[in-house]
Amino acid sequence: MTEHTAELSGTIAPRLRAATTEPLWVQWGLTLAALLFLALFLAVPLVAVFAEALRKGVGAYFESVHEPDAFAAIKLTLLVAVIAVPANLVFGVAASWALAKFQFRGRSVLITLIDLPFAVSPVISGLVYVLLFGMQGWLGPWLAKHDIEIIFALPGIVLATIFVTFPFVARELIPLMQEQGTENEQAALTLGATGWQTFWRVTLPNVKWALLYGVILCNARAMGEFGAVSVVSGHIRGQTNTLPLHVEILYNEYNFVGAFAVASLLTLLAMVTLVLKSIVERRAKVTSADAEEVGLDKMPEKQI
Amino acid sequence: MSYRWKSHSVLPGFGLTLGYTVVYLSLVVLIPLAALFARSAHMGWGQFWETVTSPRVLASYKLTFGAAFGAALINSIFGFITAWVLVRYAFPGRRIVDAVVDLPFALPTAVSGISLTAIYSQNGWIGRYLEPLGIKAAFSPLGVGIALTFIGLPFVVRTLQPALADLDRELEEAAASLGASRWKTITRVLLPPLIPPLLTGFALAFARAIGEYGSVIFISGNMPMRTEITSLLIIAKLEEYDYAGAAALATVMLVVSFVLLLCINLLQWWSVRQYQGGGAS
Repeated sequence: MTEHTAELSGTIAPRLRAATTEPLWVQWGLTLAALLFLALFLAVPLVAVFAEALRKGVGAYFESVHEPDAFAAIKLTLLVAVIAVPANLVFGVAASWALAKFQFRGRSVLITLIDLPFAVSPVISGLVYVLLFGMQGWLGPWLAKHDIEIIFALPGIVLATIFVTFPFVARELIPLMQEQGTENEQAALTLGATGWQTFWRVTLPNVKWALLYGVILCNARAMGEFGAVSVVSGHIRGQTNTLPLHVEILYNEYNFVGAFAVASLLTLLAMVTLVLKSIVERRAKVTSADAEEVGLDKMPEKQI
Repeated sequence: MSYRWKSHSVLPGFGLTLGYTVVYLSLVVLIPLAALFARSAHMGWGQFWETVTSPRVLASYKLTFGAAFGAALINSIFGFITAWVLVRYAFPGRRIVDAVVDLPFALPTAVSGISLTAIYSQNGWIGRYLEPLGIKAAFSPLGVGIALTFIGLPFVVRTLQPALADLDRELEEAAASLGASRWKTITRVLLPPLIPPLLTGFALAFARAIGEYGSVIFISGNMPMRTEITSLLIIAKLEEYDYAGAAALATVMLVVSFVLLLCINLLQWWSVRQYQGGGAS
């Protein structure tokens, strides 16, 4: 079982072990219940995506992925992620520097506000931009007069994506940087480093795993977002369709093999995300054990 | 001593980074959210109330909150068992199982939506066995519950895991050596400190579920009065260019979300306090 009971088992062993663990049949029963639950709700849907995608054979599968509209959707999805993720990365770093390395009034309010987008449902995240920039929105008529397209165009999709992925990097960095304190930075400054040098050589290396972790989660959500993007995109095939929206369109046209084929690409992305995430978690743990830094070992536990 | 709003620091860059943070936060999050509230305030109380309490909308609340509650409940029970098994028992493949728990976070909601629909529709892998029993899973409120269970699955597991790992083994040994049965040790010693994180996980799963859209709309069938969730109604109003109506519904959902967020923060505060109190005494 655990190290603790293993260590005891040599000495006072059998009775105490029996007293601090459950009977074997209970252990088996609970493990089986958990695994069955996870199999039913996680493994079956995962396998079903590939099974449905390959229903009409490998040929049909590649045909549905190898298609101009699908390519356009892939390109748009990548483009949106390439804009939204760095935007939130820069914000996350700036925000965590101001909020974690300094003490000022209103700090905790600001931290709460940064988490706000996680409490807003995806549809509403898209809706707020339609209310601002849509044809009947506040800035709509002005934008139309100046021929600026935001809603039903790339800027709207990028904005909605930035909104839903807003807190990812910041919320990984703030608690960690706060626990690391400012002593290292102060030492670097005392030794004559400039502010930038201190940031690049001292602060950044200390938080690189948490940063990477935040970026991975941010990217997965940016590429996979459906609700918010669906509200602002306008669903113009080949133009404002991201991959998840393309899945919906194909599905609603009863092109199930096509829908599941495109969905399988997104599923692969999700699986790569999970693998990268566990690698980063493990590296972060090793680093924190080496450096005896506090905080990093707690990192993997909080997320939304 | 004169009052300062910021304590002194030798580190540079405070003004720049704080300024950037506040401006970016305002432009992307605060101003758009304020616009939403302003838009629904614009329509007047009577009309607002009429919009958010029309029969079709009330039916959607019932489904959304009911299914979200049921899903969060199922996730609490099985999430507890899963977290317990992952922390306490060793079995082959535990690490992989642990990583896969996060799948609902990583998988785009549209993908989980069509996949669950395929499984639970009447020809699907599971649906075909439910059909003869008279259970209609897809295109029914039950289907909404299934999708919301999938979406909320990681929350309870992930909030309970660290709490379970932090439990002091010595307390159990003490209880056992003082003659408590295993069942008594679990219910009287282990369970009490786990209740705040369990409630937090429940609230997080519930909060996520009431706003969910992508995974639900495929499996629900979207029949008015029967299987229509509130998020979908917001989109329906938007498609009719009824911006004020959409904003009104969104305001109701936002207020509920913010209240839940407040509850979650209080629960976490309670959890920390209880844990510290228990650890010290």
